[in-house]
Amino acid sequence: MTFSAWISEPINWVFLLVGLIVLVSGFRVVTAKNVVHAALLLVAALAGTAGLFLMLAAEFVAWVLVLVYIGAVIVLFLFGIMITRAPTGQDEGLDSEKKIVPALLSVGVFLLMAWASIDAFSTTLVGGTGDPISTELIGESLLGRFVIPFEVVSFVLLAALIGSITLARKDLTPIEEEEGQRV
Amino acid sequence: MILNQFLILAAALFAFGIYGLLVRRNIVLILLSVELMLTAVNINFIAFESVFRSSDAIGQVFTIFIITVAAAEVGIGLAIVLMIFRNRKSANVDDLRLMRY
Repeated sequence: MTFSAWISEPINWVFLLVGLIVLVSGFRVVTAKNVVHAALLLVAALAGTAGLFLMLAAEFVAWVLVLVYIGAVIVLFLFGIMITRAPTGQDEGLDSEKKIVPALLSVGVFLLMAWASIDAFSTTLVGGTGDPISTELIGESLLGRFVIPFEVVSFVLLAALIGSITLARKDLTPIEEEEGQRV
Repeated sequence: MILNQFLILAAALFAFGIYGLLVRRNIVLILLSVELMLTAVNINFIAFESVFRSSDAIGQVFTIFIITVAAAEVGIGLAIVLMIFRNRKSANVDDLRLMRY
């Protein structure tokens, strides 16, 4: 498919816009000098990703992404940032000085993966084939074929919940414990 | 839309995640980079699912599993960061060199 034929489809303009948002905010997440900005830029990247999911006929997963990631995980990150903010409020020294090797490595990984996908799927078309995947199908799949992984994942979530409470809880000294019981 | 445009976008996001993972020194920012990489993987799953329609929507189901496990990972990770910060007064990985040779 030539580029002019590709760009003539209106959905690809949407893709270019959303993809640009995702790429720019993704890049700024790893380069921003301010910790809070990095977390908020991740919101933009994830919102763009949800847009991509909508384009790929995955409505349910797109809204799950918005609810779970943007609604819950980013809030958790912001709490973590606020709690662990260095007392001096310094924003320098967030990055290591040795940036050349990581940059080369990531460019290498990108080129390898891009080459592999161009090599294998250069003519595969997306979309326009059949209906969107319904939430009903996902629900039947989750409680049918994948019911055991589903239960395992729910157990993992419960274990993580209890584990993080146990980890983050402040251990009281015996004296404090006694005082706490009295109150 | 061709499949490649999504795969290459996901590859770029994954590469940004690797860069952030290696360059950042604040633990919270490292966790943010991991989230970026997981998102790239999710894009791949959804893109492949929308091409090779499986009867059980396997790609989307796995994306939901990944999102769930990522949420659990963030919870545990931030609890560990909180404990390190409480003990060391720092969230910088360069300060955690007690067990380094």
